Amino acid sequence: MQQVILEAKNISKDFHDPITIQVLKDITFSISKGEFVSMVGKSGSGKSTLLYVLSTMDTDFEGELLIDGESTREKSESHLAHIRNEKIGFVFQFHYLWNEFTVLENVMLPGLKLGKFSEQEVEHRAIERLRRLDIEKLALKKASQISGGEKQRVALARALINDPLIIMGDEPTGNLDKKNSEIVFELFKKMSAELNQTLLIVTHDPGFAERTQRIIELEDGRILKH
Amino acid sequence: MNAKLIYRIAASLLLARWKQTLVAAIGVMFSITMFIALLGFMNGLNDLLDGLILNRTPHIRLFNEIKVNDRQPIAQVPKFSSAHNFIHSIKPTETRREIYNSQPIIKAIQKDDRVLGIAPKINTQVFFNAGTIDISGVINGIDVEAERRLFFFDDYITHGTSKDINIMSNSIILGKALADQLIANIGDIIQVTTPQGAQFSLKVVGYFQSGILELDKVQTYTSLATAQKIIGKSNSYITDIQIKLKNYEWAPGIAKEYHQRFDTDAEDIQTVNAQFETGSSIRSLISYAVGITLLVVAGFGIYNILNMMIYEKMDSIAILKATGFSGSDVNRIFILIALSIGFSGGIAGIILGFLISKFIDDIPFNTEALPTVTTYPVNYDLIYYAIGLSFSLITTYFAGLFPASKASRIDPVAIIRGK
Ligand SMILES: Nc1ncnc2c1ncn2[C@@H]1O[C@H](COP(=O)(O)OP(=O)(O)O)[C@@H](O)[C@H]1O
Ligand SMILES: [Mg+2]
Repeated sequence: MQQVILEAKNISKDFHDPITIQVLKDITFSISKGEFVSMVGKSGSGKSTLLYVLSTMDTDFEGELLIDGESTREKSESHLAHIRNEKIGFVFQFHYLWNEFTVLENVMLPGLKLGKFSEQEVEHRAIERLRRLDIEKLALKKASQISGGEKQRVALARALINDPLIIMGDEPTGNLDKKNSEIVFELFKKMSAELNQTLLIVTHDPGFAERTQRIIELEDGRILKH
Repeated sequence: MNAKLIYRIAASLLLARWKQTLVAAIGVMFSITMFIALLGFMNGLNDLLDGLILNRTPHIRLFNEIKVNDRQPIAQVPKFSSAHNFIHSIKPTETRREIYNSQPIIKAIQKDDRVLGIAPKINTQVFFNAGTIDISGVINGIDVEAERRLFFFDDYITHGTSKDINIMSNSIILGKALADQLIANIGDIIQVTTPQGAQFSLKVVGYFQSGILELDKVQTYTSLATAQKIIGKSNSYITDIQIKLKNYEWAPGIAKEYHQRFDTDAEDIQTVNAQFETGSSIRSLISYAVGITLLVVAGFGIYNILNMMIYEKMDSIAILKATGFSGSDVNRIFILIALSIGFSGGIAGIILGFLISKFIDDIPFNTEALPTVTTYPVNYDLIYYAIGLSFSLITTYFAGLFPASKASRIDPVAIIRGK
């Protein structure tokens, strides 16, 4: 049995705006090391909401979340920030790069924050990740000067900088054209195969989901199958 | 590591909005400049005006007042000692104005650590004879060296030199206004009549101008020896002991102490010039009020810029938090931004304030009343510069506090969902 990296136990969440609706209903599942998991479901089924709960950014839920065996319950905001920094890499639909910084600096930012390596080492690691994603030549460009597909790959390199336990993506190919979507998907696939990287990617693209190892399907805040 | 990173992020945000940042810093600079220039000028004026009084007024003056005897004869009659006695029309007896045992007293005071210096003085009323009329005035017999050292006597001598009254016997320095009344030029001989009726001839060797016309109309100076000669007293006769302390604020306490110890009247500067600190404190108050008002305005400028930055950089803040920066990191970034605007504006303001002070210091300012002053007075006390810089840091800190805490509370989920 592989090491369990993420475990959701009876997670429920309500929104009270303006009337109380239960968006997540008693969700229980776990993800083990090296799994490439996709999460699918109709729009509004609660995929994003669940992902933000799993990411520790949203702490307003019932149930329990364990990351790397550690419960996130009653942890301070700065401790959760540290968990995200060290153990979780994010890719969103939008790239969220700092336009004032170069590509390299953007990738380095979470690595500098972690402070586990010296600045030179972080830079070296950042270049290595850019190379792996085939965008090494962009390193010194400003983030505002590169294309949308490239930005998403830079965001992926940034997610990888601290060797996270798991990469979470919320429709990371949602804003990309077919060609770029394919490139990004292949990169996920490569990371999974070559680095045994654990991935949890929300998608509405059935073609994408079918090519992953495991599919979690949500409907009305409930897990249909996993 | 973390501090350096936070510094770098703050710097990039500042650079991204460098125009607004510059405007905010200029706002701070302007208020600190005004603050420094205004306080320097106001306090220069304060020093000047205080100096008019403080420089030449002894901190403590020992003398014998002409007054009614406290112990009237009836009090010495045992029969009436328990009774309530009413006495009408009491007159002062002929008390001597001389200070008894002046030499031992001077020696004792010289040993006191708190005392900066002593100047003995003789003070006597005379009449100056100008043709057929007599003008009343005062002759001060002074120890020129002590007066020069303690009371800046030379600053008020507009013609002649103060030392001349020591070198030439029977010489006198006249108040300029009095000299004008007597039509006495330097080198002229003037006649004085003492209260006892004796006549005396004195040679005018100089004029002095105190800046206070009332004084210049009656005051004259001569050496102790000449004064003793005019009133026909021995060379130990003095009427006043003027004391300058190391700190004038000690005056009331020490005056009380000397009054008991030496059995003379003792008057302190605070009692004599009760009002002189009021003007100073009001001028300072105005300067502080103007400076702080300007700083508050500048503070609102900084507050606006930070709010704008936060609004524009919402995404960047969200990703910082998503990738592991805590709320307090974000808070520190924005406080740092505010403080660097305050610091750079403050430093620039201090420099500009100093230059403006220099400029004011060079503007000609001539007034009859103040013969030694030729330009506007400016005080360069470092404390105002220190206060200016701390004020700029404190106001910008408070201006940054609210926006920074707002930034630190940004919920990344809300931002990321909104896209
Ligand atoms: N802040 C919110 N307040 C109220 N309801 C919300 C909020 N965010 C999401 N929802 C609702 O929760 C449900 C799930 O949303 P979401 O997780 O974004 O779905 P998905 O990502 O699967 O499309 C939707 O019905 C949405 O309207
Ligand atoms: Mg969604």
